[in-house]
Amino acid sequence: MRITQGTFSYLPDLTDEDIAKQVAYALDQGWPCSVEFTDDPHPRNSYWEMWGLPMFDLADPAGVLYEINECRKAYPDRYIRLNAYDARYGRQTTALSFIVQRPADEPGFRLDRTETSDRRVRYTLHPYALDRPEGDRYGAGR
Amino acid sequence: MGSGRWSAGVIPYAEMGYWRPDYEPKDSDVLAAFRITPQPGVPPEEAGAAVAGESSTATWTVVWTDRLTSYENYQGKCYKVEPVPGQENQFIAYIAYDLDLFEEGSIANLTSSIIGNVFGFKALKALRLEDMRIPPHYVKTFQGPAHGIVMEREYLGKFGRPLLGATVKPKLGLSARNYGRVVYEALRGGLDFTKDDENINSQPFMRWRDRFLYCMEGVNRAQAATGEVKGHYLNVTAATMEDMYERAEFAKELGSVVVMIDLTIGYTAIQSMAKWARRNGVLLHLHRAGHSTYTRQKSHGVNFRVIAKWMRLAGVDHIHAGTVVGKLEGDPNSVRGYYDTLRLDKVEADPVKGLYFDQEWASMPGTMPVASGGIHAGQMHQLLHYLGEDSILQFGGGTIGHPMGIAAGATANRVALEAMIKARNEGRDYLAEGPEILRAAAKHSRELDIALSTWGDITFTYESTDTPDVVETPVSV
Repeated sequence: MRITQGTFSYLPDLTDEDIAKQVAYALDQGWPCSVEFTDDPHPRNSYWEMWGLPMFDLADPAGVLYEINECRKAYPDRYIRLNAYDARYGRQTTALSFIVQRPADEPGFRLDRTETSDRRVRYTLHPYALDRPEGDRYGAGR
Repeated sequence: MGSGRWSAGVIPYAEMGYWRPDYEPKDSDVLAAFRITPQPGVPPEEAGAAVAGESSTATWTVVWTDRLTSYENYQGKCYKVEPVPGQENQFIAYIAYDLDLFEEGSIANLTSSIIGNVFGFKALKALRLEDMRIPPHYVKTFQGPAHGIVMEREYLGKFGRPLLGATVKPKLGLSARNYGRVVYEALRGGLDFTKDDENINSQPFMRWRDRFLYCMEGVNRAQAATGEVKGHYLNVTAATMEDMYERAEFAKELGSVVVMIDLTIGYTAIQSMAKWARRNGVLLHLHRAGHSTYTRQKSHGVNFRVIAKWMRLAGVDHIHAGTVVGKLEGDPNSVRGYYDTLRLDKVEADPVKGLYFDQEWASMPGTMPVASGGIHAGQMHQLLHYLGEDSILQFGGGTIGHPMGIAAGATANRVALEAMIKARNEGRDYLAEGPEILRAAAKHSRELDIALSTWGDITFTYESTDTPDVVETPVSV
């Protein structure tokens, strides 16, 4: 399967040139960028690991792309996303967020059902990858 | 005021203190702009004064009991009357109401005052409430959206693009099991939300509880298939509050992120559901069922921008607010005015958009406008241009009618949307190059390719009935 979180998951994977254009757009809007990674893609996992702090004072898309590539080198088998943050009064939230790397093999999710009374079912979404410990969930070493 | 003011009998409203051209509205006044069409022989100032009077303290004759009150405080004051450009015998009457006239946090009370009595008044041929200015002092007495746009996006984990939805079709007759199939297919294909239609409540062909169970099976399956948060607007509209609470509680218990109500349930019920929605962490979707009966005709009724304002105060997270390009009424400038009213924190008066007053929302969160009705993937550039990023685009027929199936229809819409956002962010003139951007995206997506060849040329170009009256010529798209 292909996890379709983020703004551009239904398009072919973005090239570095594509990513640089999106970063340039974000910086033009005054949105600082940040890089995050995870091997727990559950949709309720809000807190992917931060690859350093948000790049508040960085104005050059190449600098952001450099950090993405450093993160890719360190974590070649994890999900990596780029966020742009809008700190304007009244927004103060993420403005753009898209995946810039995904594991080669995405096993996806199991849907666990617990049948309760009166035909009700309790659903639990279980990422298959989470059966293994953090850092050991995707890639060749698995 | 001379002693004649208190002589028994009937005197003109204007002479009773309701026409006050010298009055300087206070920051804390509630202001209203009414379009008035006086009966022959009634001067516009008198007509405006009559509206001010009948929507505040007046009755048809002098009553001595006014003198037991500080009546000037309670009188609505018509402070300006202007002819409407290009319209024979129509005027905009501006009326100020002291804050003291209204109960805190009650849309029912506000509307009973402002539109309660006056619309059937014989001295007027027609009357329309065009806009209101709600002062921050009054805004702050309302809960406002249960979550608002920012919280909704964080809750769903979806940023940087409009959200996508679809109403399950056919509207009537599907069994609960078949209905849930449509939900599953549309969501797994790429939509964020699916939706009950306004008249899907609990009918013999499908009872609410059965629908909720099957829909949530579809929602959860789609979440597993995509790794995204998904939702179905479960319509809890019912005959009584007790029934609605029961249905909403059940939806919450099943894990639904959203429930839905119809405008037909009434303002008080809407405010009750908004409180329920905030208390329970469930998004609240409002379908504006029935509004066109009083919002569409230009000379009489209530403009939708006023309804939008009331509903943001009342506390809904979503409201249908027009598409510009779809099958339902909506002049582009007016629709822009509705969207601004719902989303911005400070809205400036702009006659082109039909906005008569500055409106300060005093940090009240925004309501997400929903575009629904006769829209399809081939219009994505126009939808993004006219409606912006904080909106929900609902493609019912444009999803379910796809020749390759419902999931393919959903994918086509999502690919078209993401391609358009990408192009916009890259600095392209996406409105002009829209068709080209879509064709390029369709090279990677057979779903979009088929959608474009099925619906690419469909447009609904009719003149809008309701347009702002300004010098600028309203345009059709």
